[in-house]
Amino acid sequence: MITLADMLTVSGILFALAVAGIFLNRKNVILLLMCVELLLLAANFNFIAFSRMLGDLTGQVFVFFVLTVAAAESAIGLAILVVLFRERRSINVEDLNTLKG
Amino acid sequence: MNPHLLIAIPLAPLIAAVIAGLAGHRIGRAASHTITIAGVAIACGLSLYVLKQMYWDGVGTFNGPVYTWLVSDGVRIQVGFLIDRLSVLMMSVVTFVSLCVHVYTIGYMSDDPGYTRFFSYISLFTFAMLMLVMSNNFMQLFFGWEAVGMVSYLLIGFWYTRPSAIFANFKAFIVNRVGDFGFIIGIAALFSYTHSLSYTTAFAAAPHLAQQTLPVFGGVNALTLICVALFIGAMGKSAQVPLHVWLPDSMEGPTPISALIHAATMVTAGIFMVARMSPLFEHSSAALSFVLVIGATTAFFMGILGVVNNDIKRVIAYSTLSQLGYMTAALGASAYSAAIFHLMTHAFFKALLFLAAGSVIIGMHHEQDMRKMGGLGKYMPITAITCWVGGLALVATPFFSGFYSKDAIIEAVGMSQRWGSTYAYWCVLLGAYITSLYTFRLLFMTFHGEERFRKVHAEHGHDGHGEHGGHGVHEPHESPWVVTGPLIALAIPALLIGYFTVGKILYGNYFGSAIVVLPAHNVLGRMAAHYHGPLALALHAFVTAPFWLAVAGLFTAWLFVLKRPDLADAAAVKFAWLKRILDQKFYFDWFNEQVIARVSRGIGIGLWKAGDQGLIDGAVVNGTAASVGWLGGVVRRVQSGYLYSYAFWIVIGLAALLGWFLVHA
Amino acid sequence: MLVEILFYIFATLLVAGALGVITARNPVYSVLFLVFSFVNSAAIWLLVEAEFLAIVLVLVYVGAVMVLFLFVVMMLDINLAEIRQGFTRFAWLGWITALALIAEITAVIWRNGLGGLDVGRGFVSEPANYSNTLELGRVLYTHYAYPFELAAVLLVVAIVAAIALTLRRRPGLKVQDISHQVAVRAEDRLRVVKVAAEKRS
Repeated sequence: MITLADMLTVSGILFALAVAGIFLNRKNVILLLMCVELLLLAANFNFIAFSRMLGDLTGQVFVFFVLTVAAAESAIGLAILVVLFRERRSINVEDLNTLKG
Repeated sequence: MNPHLLIAIPLAPLIAAVIAGLAGHRIGRAASHTITIAGVAIACGLSLYVLKQMYWDGVGTFNGPVYTWLVSDGVRIQVGFLIDRLSVLMMSVVTFVSLCVHVYTIGYMSDDPGYTRFFSYISLFTFAMLMLVMSNNFMQLFFGWEAVGMVSYLLIGFWYTRPSAIFANFKAFIVNRVGDFGFIIGIAALFSYTHSLSYTTAFAAAPHLAQQTLPVFGGVNALTLICVALFIGAMGKSAQVPLHVWLPDSMEGPTPISALIHAATMVTAGIFMVARMSPLFEHSSAALSFVLVIGATTAFFMGILGVVNNDIKRVIAYSTLSQLGYMTAALGASAYSAAIFHLMTHAFFKALLFLAAGSVIIGMHHEQDMRKMGGLGKYMPITAITCWVGGLALVATPFFSGFYSKDAIIEAVGMSQRWGSTYAYWCVLLGAYITSLYTFRLLFMTFHGEERFRKVHAEHGHDGHGEHGGHGVHEPHESPWVVTGPLIALAIPALLIGYFTVGKILYGNYFGSAIVVLPAHNVLGRMAAHYHGPLALALHAFVTAPFWLAVAGLFTAWLFVLKRPDLADAAAVKFAWLKRILDQKFYFDWFNEQVIARVSRGIGIGLWKAGDQGLIDGAVVNGTAASVGWLGGVVRRVQSGYLYSYAFWIVIGLAALLGWFLVHA
Repeated sequence: MLVEILFYIFATLLVAGALGVITARNPVYSVLFLVFSFVNSAAIWLLVEAEFLAIVLVLVYVGAVMVLFLFVVMMLDINLAEIRQGFTRFAWLGWITALALIAEITAVIWRNGLGGLDVGRGFVSEPANYSNTLELGRVLYTHYAYPFELAAVLLVVAIVAAIALTLRRRPGLKVQDISHQVAVRAEDRLRVVKVAAEKRS
């Protein structure tokens, strides 16, 4: 039988890899967006695992909402990306340091 | 006694000083001196009135607070007056001499641009001295002590454009700091034992303190330590060896100041303080021995220096040192009354001598070198006569005031059984000869003999005194009445006051409970047994050693100055080594400047370089700034502007936090 | 037992896919690895009997979002040579942090047991006639009706935002502006000019 621990561990590994992905990739903003998707996926794993564990469907409802939000987020994120690329002809992360004072 | 009346005594000169000091330019010279003289005259009149009340009307001692400044941890810091026969005597002397000096200043300083400032200072000085004398607690005593010191620095450096005045000012300041350091340690030690600043508590605790031992220097009697520390303060103020070096140099100030501060009042603060603290000192024989030896040393060796000096004011300054030594020796012999008595008579004749010297200086057009004087007696008779009166009083000529006080001191020291009294006795006895020698040397060189100023001016006629041009010799002239008036006013007490007061003050228990002497130390009490009135005392003097020593001094001075001046030169050549020591003032200044000052500067520079620049500036101040800057430089890289880097830090923080919880779970 | 074996297979593939996402040099490969990861995730979710979400994941993510990603990646004229330069200087720090996080999360789960939960307990299978979709729909349309509507609004907003962001008017483009046409007035089109009469020459 699949245990809670199994699910959570998979989720944790997924989360950590997504985090590492954010640092590792300096060249491509799209990859960052993808990593964010992975992060959300890892979170969804937790929701589902606990929902099944506790027999409470609320967790799965939340996954539903998270998916919704993630879809909206990636749509807008990609739109911004497109605008950005049009402006700067680049989606290199290292070019995007205007936050520096 | 009415406290308001007492408050008015110090306040009158203070108010006058403030007005003259702050508004002097606006109200003008005449108004300035009028107002300050009025202030001091009020103080003097009230002091004499209080003296009359206490002495003739039998009004008791006043001891109480008039104003509470602050209360902290049960300690009341307040302005309070202790008016007994000791303080009222001091008040009267101080204000009287101050009044004379004020009047005299009108003439002496008439063409000085700092006229109103000067009046403000001397009035302020009178206030400070009165506060010191009238105090009933150590805080106010210290206030007066420092205020007197401060005004004296202002006055010594009055001609602040002269480098020598600045140097003298500086020297007085530094030397007095040393003394005041001891003084404040004494007060602090006393306070730590009694937890009170009032005299009454301290005096009551004296017998108890004498039994205490302090765990410093391998165990020291607490009272001895306190008394010695207090006396170190007195050594600074009253210019006792080795803290005397500032006094001769302080002659850089205007002559009225020399009269006011360095002869009559300020330097006597130390003497007064020790007399006031007699209930403490009486219980510490060791401290009194210290006082005795220091005083006797000062009396003898500082007098010797007066013999070789040629500056008229400096000779008198050395005589002041010597006389202060006498007073201190009297204190050390438990003859407090004699010390105060000598203080009083000395105040009159020394102020007189200084003012007379000032008069001579005016007459000689600001020439102070006695080698360029001589024969002035016929040009300025009043000055000469009054100066002779002062001089005779100084050498303790029978019937003159100085005789009664000084002979009493010599005798008291001779009768004292204290450790060191034999040495002290020889010092003060031989001091009589020395005193006589330098006094008559001064009188002869100044007022008699060859008129050397003619020769000098024939040689240097065109050098100085631009206003006199090439007119050759300008005749010395008698000073105006504002100068001679105070001279006469001071000559009278210098001549007579001893005769009329010796019985009361020395042998008549004038001071009552103001001065405490243990029966075992009561030399004056034993002397009183042989006292048969002032006349008998004076007549008896003709068969005593001090008198004949003084006569010997007179003869020596006559021989070397008037009869055979060439002998003096021959002696100077023959005893060149001695003359060199004396010219160098026993090398005190040399020692202070070459050893103490140099070592202090070395330590100071070391602390400056290593401590201030290296440690505080370098490591602490700049080090802090540098490390913050370095840290900022490092942390600045975190602020990269890259979004992922901020996310990265968040995650690192998360990881660290999680780890921390794991470890501490 | 079979379920467990399948779980481990899918989990391994999922992790491998995720690793592929973050290490692939070509963004197109990354997207494809991501699709692969999502598919595996959906499989795992099926194994734990969250069938509806598994299907939604495949439909919405793999079918829509990932296609969008792929579309954008391919649309943008990215300089692939530059993109392929590899990791940055601080890559090692990223790896260490990732490993530390994994270790910590694992420690939390296995050692500390999440504060009393029985983490080793397996999921109880639902009855045979249980419908995950039915139950979820029951909750979603009753108790979570308003949030559900809000989610719909959110999606609309996202659509509008995405379009608004990317919409651009190129100058010189010949298009009708309907609102402008409707709002036009006579004065804009017609000018009455008074001309002084001229004499015949």
